[in-house]
Amino acid sequence: MNITGIAAIGAGLAAIGAGIGIGKIGGSAMEAMARQPEMQAKLQTSALVFIAFVEAVALFGVVVAFLQG
Amino acid sequence: MRYNIAKIKRISIVFLLISFVGFVNESKAAESEGEFSPKDMILHHVKDAYGMHIATLNFSNRDPLHITIPLPVIIYTDSGFTIFSSSLFHHDYHGHTIVEKDGMKLVNLHEKVYVLDQGSDSLELDAEGHPLNASRPIFDLSVTRNVLMMWVSIVLLLLIFLSSAKSYKKSKKFVPSGLASFVEPLILFVRDEIGRPMIGDRKYKPYMPYLLTIFFFIWINNIFGLIPILNGANLSGNISFTFALATVTFIITTLSGNKNYWKHIFWMPGLPVPMKLFLMPIEIIGMFVKPISLMIRLFANITAGHVIILALMSLIFVFKSVAIAPISIAFSLFITVIEIIVTAIQAYIFTILSALYFGMATEEEHH
Repeated sequence: MNITGIAAIGAGLAAIGAGIGIGKIGGSAMEAMARQPEMQAKLQTSALVFIAFVEAVALFGVVVAFLQG
Repeated sequence: MRYNIAKIKRISIVFLLISFVGFVNESKAAESEGEFSPKDMILHHVKDAYGMHIATLNFSNRDPLHITIPLPVIIYTDSGFTIFSSSLFHHDYHGHTIVEKDGMKLVNLHEKVYVLDQGSDSLELDAEGHPLNASRPIFDLSVTRNVLMMWVSIVLLLLIFLSSAKSYKKSKKFVPSGLASFVEPLILFVRDEIGRPMIGDRKYKPYMPYLLTIFFFIWINNIFGLIPILNGANLSGNISFTFALATVTFIITTLSGNKNYWKHIFWMPGLPVPMKLFLMPIEIIGMFVKPISLMIRLFANITAGHVIILALMSLIFVFKSVAIAPISIAFSLFITVIEIIVTAIQAYIFTILSALYFGMATEEEHH
């Protein structure tokens, strides 16, 4: 396997991590919104922001893989 | 009101259609160089360039027509400044076209100007594609397409905000009108959701001009990056740009740090001495890691967005079939819509983290 294949596996691993992270954020946000519907707007914005943080980590992986591959 | 919404819808559909034309043109342009390589095409799109390439017509011809806005190339060498138009390179970025100016022979290799050594007539490359008989000029102050887009965005921001500021002067009761009624909620959002809660009610005011500036500057440049007819005005996906913004945030944080802030970095209160010694280097590293993470977050998000859209588009040319086109267009439309949200979210995150760091630097000691 050459470096391109390994880089692709690395990008995939980064995507798995981000998937778990975004799933947990989304799940908790939904739960919180169900408990306190009046907080929905605030919870939605902060959930989006945290999703962006998690997504950034996956994108680091993609960028590194792209530079390597 | 209903008429307006219909009009906006129609305009946005037209823009979307234009956007795909832009991407496809770029893919084709890269193809005309020989075998199509998505990686080369994408890297060229993401990188800065000396001219602003808009479209290529007649690809099937031997002599395709490139539509480009030529920009000035300004380099500083031992013999002083040299200025010429980027159109002299004739869209060549492989180092074949040699421009003779002020007794120097200049080539454009992957959108970087190189000066050929004395006595050599053509560029020679080693196995990895690095030039053997040429060197970079001392300074390269060219007005590249990123610099041009930065100036355009500055002018646009000035127009928007100066005109809305003027409208407040005209109306005696401070009622927003025209553009101001669009801009005012955004400014209030930055003040009430970012500045006040992060820095604190008493101290947020001096930081507001900076926070508003970076918020709107990053946002407008992210949006410019998504307008494909401008082909790669990828300013906020350029690491030098994000580096400069993060450096300004770092300088402001460091200069506004109070006694309490520095005490928490060098001599963490309320801990035994060995722990204090252990934490000091970590906190000092943390001081620099914060702006670096700001820099990489914005750069990676915007670049990755461009890369994903272009990779989906180049699937058509990799598989060389029209059948794949609907799928790849649908997916890149989906990613484009997500990217429109990301433009705002990334501007918001950069601003809120800067505000958080300012808040940490100015926090008073509490007992």
